[in-house]
Amino acid sequence: MSFSLATRWCDAPLMRRVLQFKGYRRKIQSCNNMTYTLFRHRWMKRLPVFSSGLKMASTQTDTIDLSKFPVDRIRNFCIIAHIDHGKSTLADRLLEMTGAIVKTQKNKQVLDKLQVERERGITVKAQTASLIYSHQGQQYLLNLIDTPGHVDFSYEVSRSISACQGVLLIVDANQGIQAQTVANFYLAFEAQLAIIPVINKIDLKNADPERVASQIEKVFDIPCNECIRISAKLGTNVEAVLQAVVDRIPPPVASIDDPFKALVFDSNFDHYRGVVANIAVFGGRVRKGDRIVSAYLGKSYEVNELGILRPDEHPTQKLFAGQVGYMVTGMKDVKEAQIGDTLYLKEQPVETLPGFKPAKAMVFAGMFPTDQSDYPGLRSAIERLTLNDSSVTVQRDSSMALGAGWRLGFLGLLHMEVFNQRLEQEYNASVIVTAPTVPYKAVLSSPRLIKEHGSKEITIVNPAQFPDRSVVSEYLEPMVLGTILSPDSYTGKIMSLCLNRRGIQKNMVYIDDKRVMMKYLFPLNEIVVDFYDLLKSLSSGYASFDYENAGYQAADLIKMNILLNGQPVEELITIVHRGRAYSAGKAMCERLQDSIPRQMFEIAVQASIGSKVIARETIKAYRKNVLAKCYGGDITRKMKLLKKQAEGKKKMRLIGNVEVPKDAFINVLKRKDK
Amino acid sequence: MIQHTLRASRRAVSAALRRFSETSGGEITEEDGLERTGSPAEQASLYVHWPYCLRRCSYCNFNKYISREDNDHIMTECIQRETETLLRLSQVSCITSVFFGGGTPSLAHPSTIAAVLQTVSRWARLSDKAEVTLEVNPTPVGKSKLEDYCRAGVNRFSIGVQSLQDEDLKILGRDHSSHQALQTVEEARRLCPGRVSVDVMFGRPKQSVESWENELSELLRVCDDHVSLYQLTLERGTRLFKQVLGGEVTVPAEDVTAEMYRCARRTLQQRGFLQYEVSNFARHKAASHHNTSYWKGRQYIGVGPGAHGRFVPLGEGGVHREARTQTLEPDVWIREVRQRGHGTRRRIQLGHLELLEEVLVMGLRMTDGINHEHWEMFSPHLGLREVFGTSREVQELLQSGQLILDDRGLRCSWDGLVLLDSMLPALLVELERQIGPSLQRDHHTDGSPH
Repeated sequence: MSFSLATRWCDAPLMRRVLQFKGYRRKIQSCNNMTYTLFRHRWMKRLPVFSSGLKMASTQTDTIDLSKFPVDRIRNFCIIAHIDHGKSTLADRLLEMTGAIVKTQKNKQVLDKLQVERERGITVKAQTASLIYSHQGQQYLLNLIDTPGHVDFSYEVSRSISACQGVLLIVDANQGIQAQTVANFYLAFEAQLAIIPVINKIDLKNADPERVASQIEKVFDIPCNECIRISAKLGTNVEAVLQAVVDRIPPPVASIDDPFKALVFDSNFDHYRGVVANIAVFGGRVRKGDRIVSAYLGKSYEVNELGILRPDEHPTQKLFAGQVGYMVTGMKDVKEAQIGDTLYLKEQPVETLPGFKPAKAMVFAGMFPTDQSDYPGLRSAIERLTLNDSSVTVQRDSSMALGAGWRLGFLGLLHMEVFNQRLEQEYNASVIVTAPTVPYKAVLSSPRLIKEHGSKEITIVNPAQFPDRSVVSEYLEPMVLGTILSPDSYTGKIMSLCLNRRGIQKNMVYIDDKRVMMKYLFPLNEIVVDFYDLLKSLSSGYASFDYENAGYQAADLIKMNILLNGQPVEELITIVHRGRAYSAGKAMCERLQDSIPRQMFEIAVQASIGSKVIARETIKAYRKNVLAKCYGGDITRKMKLLKKQAEGKKKMRLIGNVEVPKDAFINVLKRKDK
Repeated sequence: MIQHTLRASRRAVSAALRRFSETSGGEITEEDGLERTGSPAEQASLYVHWPYCLRRCSYCNFNKYISREDNDHIMTECIQRETETLLRLSQVSCITSVFFGGGTPSLAHPSTIAAVLQTVSRWARLSDKAEVTLEVNPTPVGKSKLEDYCRAGVNRFSIGVQSLQDEDLKILGRDHSSHQALQTVEEARRLCPGRVSVDVMFGRPKQSVESWENELSELLRVCDDHVSLYQLTLERGTRLFKQVLGGEVTVPAEDVTAEMYRCARRTLQQRGFLQYEVSNFARHKAASHHNTSYWKGRQYIGVGPGAHGRFVPLGEGGVHREARTQTLEPDVWIREVRQRGHGTRRRIQLGHLELLEEVLVMGLRMTDGINHEHWEMFSPHLGLREVFGTSREVQELLQSGQLILDDRGLRCSWDGLVLLDSMLPALLVELERQIGPSLQRDHHTDGSPH
């Protein structure tokens, strides 16, 4: 039997209030004679100070003594899973069973704090929770780092993984291995982490854990008997998961005797305290009041506050080697808390940790306020959102049609959608989002241009800046390695879709007698707009898809212009692959044809490459446009209609002599509605 | 002070006008005289709406009701009452023309027409030469009443022939045959020679350009001196609209109807019918005075359920023209007229800009367009050239030959008239830019007596 006691101090001397604690004690006897006991602490405001003695007493007994957790009693792990396979539910159970949160019906996705996370059932932002767990008479500190499931957020995953030694790989007992399961597995596998396969939802009627176990054996080469079969929802066998974390995951490699060394693996911004950095301590110890140095900036800071996350911030006096926690140092700008930075004690410099490559934006989209008067509001919303998501790149942009706005870079499609949804939900912003584009590269051949750009290879984000073929030795486009899992009855349809999207099949295996896993190398731009939607619809929702970046490849890229009666429309310039130019051009012409109203003259809507027209649609001139009958009674209605048209005219963009409504650009540029 | 002077001068002018109209009745010379003499505030035309029909035509979305019982005498009483109220409110001293429309006004008893005309004469001058038109449904019953209508004071008939194809008349839901229509036209011509108009519709289901040309030729052999030509427009809420939406019926494509219109204009011109408005053609100077006064932006008083009017309510001290709409439902309208003398449901005060907008939109429908004098009556300080002469877009329309701005005034060319609605937005934008916005006031007048 053991105790762990914790409290939280509030030092607000002016308020002259002290925090009281209340302890809840719960004792759970499990079948193999293990006991863990937990005390939860509630602090209450508005209680007068009774005596300093009480205050002293509580201070001493309440603080978690983290020194009681040497490196070999620490396990750092994360949970990875395909969407909806029950990652957050398992996290809820683990938190409850170790007393980090009270067990109630209401614990649903406790770690998913954002509305978008709860609605979509995904995790966007990594969260950390320290669990205190007793096993065979020993107390362990289990640090659960909840990570986003989607590979778009793999920067989050890889950051989290670098602070972990093991992962729980959750697979739905009904659905089996899905695309994200595979992608996540490889992330963990490449980081050489211990992998514990967990088959969840065994309570479901159609659950087939045996089949899933054999899929896992086949695809991941993990023996069937290593899979833990649970129901996170009902709590069935979750105990075994905790035991496995202790037994199968190695403790972190860190020594308390080394000088202090910590990795910044995430950061948040708090308006009152500034930057809150999530750190993993790789050596030594740190305490409140220490002066630490950021290796990246060389600047020193005082540690104002530190502690562990359970999952709420729980201040402690010290953090020790192997532990994971948070730190507030008075950094005022998120840019100071460089993800991947190494922290050390002043005057005790250490060799820096490997760190991370900064996340690279792979999908770009223009974002414009629906109404230009909303520009300042939208600007501040974007600024605030990017404070906690430094992976979004922001560039000012302006379009003759859509006004002032931004070109934002995202890590992937889901990342973009989540960002938009957060803008709308959390900031109530109404935005026009243009169809996503990808960053192309050009290898310059002209020495003059190379000198001008300072490098031979340039990245092109805005199609208007696409350099001419004559000064370029080759163009490059970003590639991705896509993983598709699907019942085999859809294989034919999926293969023709992939082929149509310039996909090259790399591999195809049956993971059991009915399900196929296919790997394709795709140009990223072929999957950014509607690939996933098409895949879902042609497989009745059964196929899953995920991708990882696979570098750049040479590509035959060309710049396509859209012309209205011979006048190029700057905002519609598109970079396309030569082989796809015709279909892309035709699609754009058709969308424009549908959205530009007929005028008094014929309008040629053309797509051209250089001087060659590759697609054309014609908007016929009005042959007759005059109301047949117009007498006294009709004119009120008629005047209303005409006035509306006159008002609309003021908002038209004139290209040559063609009046183009703003909606036409939006229809062509925006992402298709789902 | 200024107001006072204006009123005084207006009175002087109108006295002169009254004398003038006494001598020359409702002839075109009078219309021209009006334009020269300035603000015709004490003149108006009168529109009377008869809301009832025997059946519902499949294309019609007008304000009409299938009457359940004979309430002719109540309607007569109420139309008279409202005519009186509005004439007094407008302080109009001369009614230049009367038009009985609907609905099916040829369902009204001739005595109703006579009673209304008598009321008009009691409260304003109505020259016996003033144009008095009645819309006629060319059924045998309609035909049989024509003579009585003439005796009641009607001197012009507008006959809803619509088509000479019996099958099409059925699809349109009309209750007459082409033969009956021809007989009615003949009878009307006998009674009012040179003052009969026929309404005909193109763009009908299954119609081809060729069949339309033949039909029009046939019609021109029998008609009088006036033809109104309408393209069938699909109106929301009509049976035909649903049928077309549901694919039961197809109407000719836009290009086809444009060609029909082009052919008709050409044919009519060859046969001596001059187009004087988008849909109206006349020979022997038989243009409709009543409708012309709408297009020239003159005052008109609307009486009857759902009727619209445009006049200055001088009787209550008003100085601005108002757009007025009467209550739509006949039963409610009847109740209101009985309670407070009129069924005006909505009044919108037209500002300077709104008035000029209507003058522009309506005026350009005429082939003669808006002449400088006509415009000056409404816009004494800013001429047509000053308003439209500097706009780049108007310049383009002038250069392309679709619009003409010259010493006569502003008008559409032969080719431009077909595209008027594409030009109007540009002209309205320019007008607003030059005149500046004005406040429009809207009052709903439920229960407020006048």
